Amino acid sequence: MSAVTTPARGRFRDFLGSNRGREAIEAYILILPTILGLIVFTASPVLASLYYSFTRWNLLSTPKWQALDNYIELLTEDPLFWITIKNTGYYVLGTVPTGTVLALLLAIALNQKIRFVAVFRTIYFLPVVSSVVAISVLWLWLYQSDFGIVNELLRFLGFRGVRWLSSVTWAMPAIIIMSIWHGLGYNIVIFIAGLQSIPQDYYEAATVDGANAWHKFINITIPLLSPVTFFVLTLSVINSFQVFAQAYVMTRGGPVNSTKTIVYYLFQQGFENFHMGYASALAYVLFVIIVSLTLFQFWFQRRWVHYEL
Amino acid sequence: MRTARVDRVASRRQQQLLANTITHILLIVLGLAALAPFWWMISTSFKTEFEAFQIPPTWLPLEPTLEAYGDLFLNQPFGIFLYNSVKIAVLGVGGQLITSSLAAFAFARLDFPGKNVLFIIVLSTMMVPYAVTVIPLYIVMHRIGWVNTHLPLIVPAMLSSAYGTFLLRQFMFSLPVELEDAARIDGCSSFGIYRRIALPLMKPALATLGVFSFMASWNNFFGPFIFLDRKYLFTVQLGVALVQRQWYTSWPRLMAGSVVVTLPVLLVFLLLQRYFVRGISLTGIKG
Repeated sequence: MSAVTTPARGRFRDFLGSNRGREAIEAYILILPTILGLIVFTASPVLASLYYSFTRWNLLSTPKWQALDNYIELLTEDPLFWITIKNTGYYVLGTVPTGTVLALLLAIALNQKIRFVAVFRTIYFLPVVSSVVAISVLWLWLYQSDFGIVNELLRFLGFRGVRWLSSVTWAMPAIIIMSIWHGLGYNIVIFIAGLQSIPQDYYEAATVDGANAWHKFINITIPLLSPVTFFVLTLSVINSFQVFAQAYVMTRGGPVNSTKTIVYYLFQQGFENFHMGYASALAYVLFVIIVSLTLFQFWFQRRWVHYEL
Repeated sequence: MRTARVDRVASRRQQQLLANTITHILLIVLGLAALAPFWWMISTSFKTEFEAFQIPPTWLPLEPTLEAYGDLFLNQPFGIFLYNSVKIAVLGVGGQLITSSLAAFAFARLDFPGKNVLFIIVLSTMMVPYAVTVIPLYIVMHRIGWVNTHLPLIVPAMLSSAYGTFLLRQFMFSLPVELEDAARIDGCSSFGIYRRIALPLMKPALATLGVFSFMASWNNFFGPFIFLDRKYLFTVQLGVALVQRQWYTSWPRLMAGSVVVTLPVLLVFLLLQRYFVRGISLTGIKG
């Protein structure tokens, strides 16, 4: 009778008593720590920093609502903001295309019937597992103007050395070269896995039809690898927009702000000047840039990514 | 006729050989480029200050010395830095393996209302840049008195691994489900199935995740940099940055610092390489 008077409650109780209900409860208990952790440490901070970005706040007082003032100041009155946008864009354009193409070429080379493939793969992977701080300090030494090995090599080849990290022109390229070296191995391993998942039949059929190596590369490898290329590109863009440690360790954002990136500027505003609201606005601008570029890539992929031949 | 074909076969073989040689040369040259900086790092770390500045540079230290390493551990507390890094990594990774394997098991094997929505939420948190969450996190940690403790680096890592949940869930899909069905018919609870059947089968993927998160934790710079400013709480990464600030032209000591922070991850990588490579293809390709 009671099931008729309060159907919803009764059904809920039935559900709890059933096998499916028990399974659901158990499932919620199992996912609880992770979901709770993600809500507390990721989801709520995302919302909180949106709120802070509309306030003026130095950590000591209470946040003061000032609507869009931070964003207006950023976009119209802060030349440093645009400099950091430009520098970060330079870094992304410098690292992502070169890094992707180079990794693809090396992956193809490693996917041939080559001796010691595992050794090569390990060697290319060594920089990836090293920390950005360690390799930044290492490359500081390599780039050192008078005694560094890079200039030594350039002089040996008959060029003149460059004052890499103390030059407005060369500091960012120096960081870009190092970062490509650092990340190459990761993309190589992804590309190799992708290459190995292409069915050999396609190549055999093409050989029967008289296709040469170049045709096979253009008509089979490139299209069938495109989902992997897409993955590599998307991830590299997301990661490289967040560049910080390189610039902090190697140049402190200098000389004359030529290597100051968005995250570096955010760090300065938030944790050196304690302009928490302004830093949050910076974080959100970065967030919007990354999300829109990622969405754009997902939209654009329909034109060039093939999920089958 | 016949000689023409033989010629053609021969020339194709020659072409193949040429292509092969070029590929090898390319791989070796670039391989050397990948290795040379490491060689330089190790070699410089054993040099005297004087020899580091010698022109032309010496590839092998002429008078190898451990002076630089001695300075790191005697004049700077690098032993403590190492201990801090190990502690943070082990606790964070250990917690993460438990929580994310539990969640991955539920997402892969159990049925419950809201499952897809919750999983999409988990996935989307993977794309949030650290820079976006770091300010509110700092503020919360500041309020509850966790700044200048290791807790902000350990607790979130223990609980909130979207990446780990995703990786282990992908792996669960590749495991046969029959054994679990049989156990369920025998009256085993979900947690029992997780612990007795799924967890042992997940071992290889747990190793992969463990290696990955250990490296991420060990190499993390921004987190410790924001939350710690007392020297005795520093991790090795902060230690190297500190040494760089204090001894900025003493290349043997800076290189010794880099060797000390790089060596542990390098060893972990070399010993557990296969888990690493598999982890990348597991998330990378099916992602």
